Amino acid sequence: MMAKATAQAAGTAPAFYVTEEEHAHPGGSTMLGFWLYLMSDCLVFAVLFATYGVLGRNYAAGPSGADLFDLKLVAVNTAMLLFSSITYGFAMLAMDKGRQAAVQGWLAVTAVFGLAFLGIELYEFAHLIHEGATPMRSAFLSSFFTLVGTHGLHVTFGLIWLGVLMTQVSKHGLIEANRRRLMCLSMFWHFLDVVWIGVFTFVYLMGVLK
Amino acid sequence: MSQNQAEAQGGHHDAHHDGHDAHGAAHGSMRGYVTGFLLSVVLTAIPFWLVMNDVLGDSTLTAIVIMLFAAAQIVVHMVYFLHMNGRSEGGWTMLALIFTIIVVAIALAGSLWVMFHLNANMMPDMHRM
Repeated sequence: MMAKATAQAAGTAPAFYVTEEEHAHPGGSTMLGFWLYLMSDCLVFAVLFATYGVLGRNYAAGPSGADLFDLKLVAVNTAMLLFSSITYGFAMLAMDKGRQAAVQGWLAVTAVFGLAFLGIELYEFAHLIHEGATPMRSAFLSSFFTLVGTHGLHVTFGLIWLGVLMTQVSKHGLIEANRRRLMCLSMFWHFLDVVWIGVFTFVYLMGVLK
Repeated sequence: MSQNQAEAQGGHHDAHHDGHDAHGAAHGSMRGYVTGFLLSVVLTAIPFWLVMNDVLGDSTLTAIVIMLFAAAQIVVHMVYFLHMNGRSEGGWTMLALIFTIIVVAIALAGSLWVMFHLNANMMPDMHRM
């Protein structure tokens, strides 16, 4: 039985040509693969949202969202992320036209908005912890810091990735590989903005509602 | 609208690629990005305004309305920024998206439903929503 299977495998050797053909197009399936990664990341956030949904009103006699959240700050933060999304879009349009300086410029603007978002979020976290609203205070705050912190961590890695790609583009130009990488980061960046819509709606706005 | 633009972009790209560029539709246009941005600004500003000024007066109604705005804005982002459509990658991205939405809906609705009933049935005194 075993020998027969081996013989059959040897007989189907021409199938290797398929593999060769795939090698001729590096990155041909990168977009789909990256999209599948984003969808799995979506599941990570869904679990964190569900946790927050279950625990978000368990204050343990501590402060509630209405006591803690400063909606004006959140509105500014939301604007930062939205601006960074459209400036990344402009970078992609410049990339389509092959204008490398414009790509670098728009990526730099995107990075500035992303850093502003991260700075405001870290300021908010520091403010909360200073007031005693630490992740250890209540189940509400544990789930809040986990959810919003995970999003912030994604933005942090997105910014690192952005810096790496700006270096790559300045060294090698808008070559095929760099275009592919920029498109992946574009999807990642816009995806983070989509997650943020859920965060500001479910966590901040609904947390303030009583 | 977007089909013409996608074709225009695709034509531009064929100069660089071989015929393998099936994901050429993943590029946007200036008008698409600006439209998406303006829609997002409106769909963000209205829920913030509703909550900050307590316009509707009823928190349950406000929660439902801002959730509808969030859903609308997610669709806007998907279409104008992530360029989702049924054709890219031969429909596989759309299939993966639909699958993910189903799993997310089950996870969210199931968790909230089960845990709400657990709270209601086991800790009646602490049940404050």
